Amino acid sequence: MEEFEPKIVAFCCHYCAYSAADLAGSMRLQYPPNIRIVEMPCSGTIDHRVILDAFEKGADGVYVAGCMEGDCHFLKGNYRAKKRVNYVKKVLAEIGLESERLEFFNLSAAMGPRFAEIANEMTERIKKLGPSPLRRKGEEK
Amino acid sequence: MPEREVKTESKLERLLARGEFVVTAEIGPPKHASADGIRHHARMLKDYVDATNITDCQTAIVRLSSIAAAVHILSCGVEPIVQMTCRDRNRIAMQSDLLGAYSLGARNLLCLSGDHQKFGNHPTAKNVYDIDSIQLINLMRRMRDEKKFFCGEEIKEHEPRFFIGAVANPFADPFEFRVMRLEKKINAGAEFIQTQCIYDMERFERFMEMVRERGLHERAYILAGVTPLKSWRAAKYLQTSVSGMIVPDEIVERLKKAEDPKKEGVEICIEQIRYIREHIPGVHGVHIMAIAWEEVVPEIVQRAGLHPRPKVE
Amino acid sequence: MIVAQQKPLEEIARLINDCQKVLLVGCAGCVTVCLAGGEKETEFLASALRIKRQLEGNPLETVTFTCTRQCDPEYLLPLDNLIGDVDAVVSLACGVGVQYIAERYPHKWVVPALDTKFAGGSLEQGVWAERCGLCGNCILHLTGGICPVIRCSKSILNGPCGGSQDGKCEIARDVDCAWQLIYDRMKALGKLERLMEIMPPKDWSTARDGGPRRAVREDVIIDA
Repeated sequence: MEEFEPKIVAFCCHYCAYSAADLAGSMRLQYPPNIRIVEMPCSGTIDHRVILDAFEKGADGVYVAGCMEGDCHFLKGNYRAKKRVNYVKKVLAEIGLESERLEFFNLSAAMGPRFAEIANEMTERIKKLGPSPLRRKGEEK
Repeated sequence: MPEREVKTESKLERLLARGEFVVTAEIGPPKHASADGIRHHARMLKDYVDATNITDCQTAIVRLSSIAAAVHILSCGVEPIVQMTCRDRNRIAMQSDLLGAYSLGARNLLCLSGDHQKFGNHPTAKNVYDIDSIQLINLMRRMRDEKKFFCGEEIKEHEPRFFIGAVANPFADPFEFRVMRLEKKINAGAEFIQTQCIYDMERFERFMEMVRERGLHERAYILAGVTPLKSWRAAKYLQTSVSGMIVPDEIVERLKKAEDPKKEGVEICIEQIRYIREHIPGVHGVHIMAIAWEEVVPEIVQRAGLHPRPKVE
Repeated sequence: MIVAQQKPLEEIARLINDCQKVLLVGCAGCVTVCLAGGEKETEFLASALRIKRQLEGNPLETVTFTCTRQCDPEYLLPLDNLIGDVDAVVSLACGVGVQYIAERYPHKWVVPALDTKFAGGSLEQGVWAERCGLCGNCILHLTGGICPVIRCSKSILNGPCGGSQDGKCEIARDVDCAWQLIYDRMKALGKLERLMEIMPPKDWSTARDGGPRRAVREDVIIDA
C-alpha cells in the first residue's frame, strides 16, 4: 500500500511564518513537501469560513501561523487569529472532524528551523490521524 | 405617646396603637400538604407573640399557601400576618386571593416584591411582577379606604379592611435611598413596617436616625427584624451569599468561638432585642424570624423580658 | 437592534435531519450586526452542516442567500428562484424573518437557526446587552433614561427592592441593579426628589399582554 501523503494547508503571516519559510529554504533545511503555504498579510485576517473551506476542498490538516505573542505587526492580529482557530476547533469537534487537524502556531521571521519543525510536527500528526474522513468518504464514491 | 387611630379589626394594630412594644414571629409553611407542623408551631407560639407572619413561598420555593396556612394558625388562636409577594400573581389573582384571605379571617397583610425565582426550586418559571410592592400597598389601602378595586371600580360592599404592612431593608443599597423608599411606602399607605434581619446594629441606628428626622416613626409602626443564628456557618452564609444582608465579622467570630453555638445565637438575639428596645427610639416592636427554628422563639421572648404578652379585649 | 444567537449546531442539524437539500437564508439586518446570521455566518453554517453530513455518510446539498432584510416581503423575492427543489429553509434571521419566509412559502418547511434574545445594543465587540422591554409605552423620561421594565429583574417601577447590594442585582453579581443606576443618575441630575413620586401600576395592555400588536401610520399607506 502506498504511504499516505497528507495535504496540509498552512496560512502564514507575511511578517513571520512566511519569512521563516523563506529562511528555512535559504538554510536548506528539509521539511516535508506536504505543506501548501498561503501567504497572508497578517494571521489576523484568517476567516472561520476559509478554514472550513480548506477542509471541504480536501485538506487533511490546516494550520495558521502568526507572530510571537506581543510581536504582531498589527498589534493584536495573532491573538485574534488564535481565538478564531480555537473556535473553529470546537466546531470541528461538534461536527465530527478531529479538531487536532487544525492548529495555531506562533513563531518569528528568524525561526527558520522552527518553521521546518512545525511542518514536520503537523505532517507527522496528520499521518497518524490518516486521511481526512471527508476525503475518504468522497473517494469511496 | 398618644394613642393612634385604629382602622381595622387587627389585634396587632390595636396593640401598636396603644403603645405596646409588640412581638411578631414567622412561620414558614411546609413543602407538603399537611398543616400539622404549622399548627404545632402556632400552638407553641400562641402565648409568646402578638401575631405571626406566614411567608408566601419564600425564596421562591413552592410551599403550602400563605393564606391557607393563615387559616390554620388562626384556628389555633394566633393572629396571622399574610405575606403577599408580587412575583407569582397578577393584579387579578392578588385581589381575588386577598378578598378570600379577608373572608377567612385574615386581618393583617404584608406586601413585598418577593425573591426572584432564579434561586428557588422552579427557576424556569415565568415571573409576574405585574405591579410592585409599593403599588400593591397603595392599591390595598385604596381598596380599604375608598372601596375601590385596583382598576378604580367601586366595591359595593364588604371591602377587605387589612392592616397594611411593608418591609424595609436598611442593609440594601443605595443606603441613602433606603429611608426615602420607606417614606415612599408609608406615603403609599403602609401602616407597619418589618425590617430585614438586623446584625449590623450601627447601620440600623443610622437608618433609624434618618427615619426619626423624617418623622416616619410617627406615621408608621416600625418592627425591628431579628434572626437567631444556629452556627457560624449560617452567619457566614448570610454574610456572603444573601444579597441585601450585612453580617459583621464579630458575630461570625463570636459564634465560631462559642462552646455551644446555638446557645450563643440565642444570646446574641436577646442582646439585640434588649438593645433595640432600650437604645433605639422609634422602634415599636420586634419581628423574630427564627428560620426553621420556630421552637426557640418562646425562650427568646421570655428571656428578652417580653413575656407575658398583653391581652387585647 | 434585535439580538440573536445561533442555536447549537447539533440542534440545527437535527432540525434538517431528513432533508437532502436545504436553503440557508441569512439576513443583512440586525443579526448581521450581532454576528449571528449575516452572510458570513450563513456560509460558515452551511459549510459546517455539509461537513457534518458528509461525515455521517448522508451528504447535504446547500444553497445560500442573504436577504437585505427578512422582515420586509419585497426582500424575500429573490428566494422565489432558489426555493423550488429544497426540502427545507433554514433562516438565520430573528423570529420575524423565519415567520416571513414561512408565510411566503406556505408549502415549505422552515426552521430557525437562531434563538432571538432581546432588543439591545453592543457593549463591546462580541458582547450585547438588553436595553428595551418593548412594552409599548415608554417611561424612560421618568427614570433617568434607564429602563426598569427590562433592566430590573422584577420590573419594579418603584425600586430598588431589598436585594440591591453594591450596585448589583440579587440574581447575579454581574447584573447591574437598574434602580441603583436610576438613583445615581437622578442624583447626578439633581432630580432625586422625582423618585419620591409613586409610579402607578403600568398599563400592560400596550405590551404583549394586550395580545399581538400592530403599528399603523395611515398617511404612508399606499392605496390600491
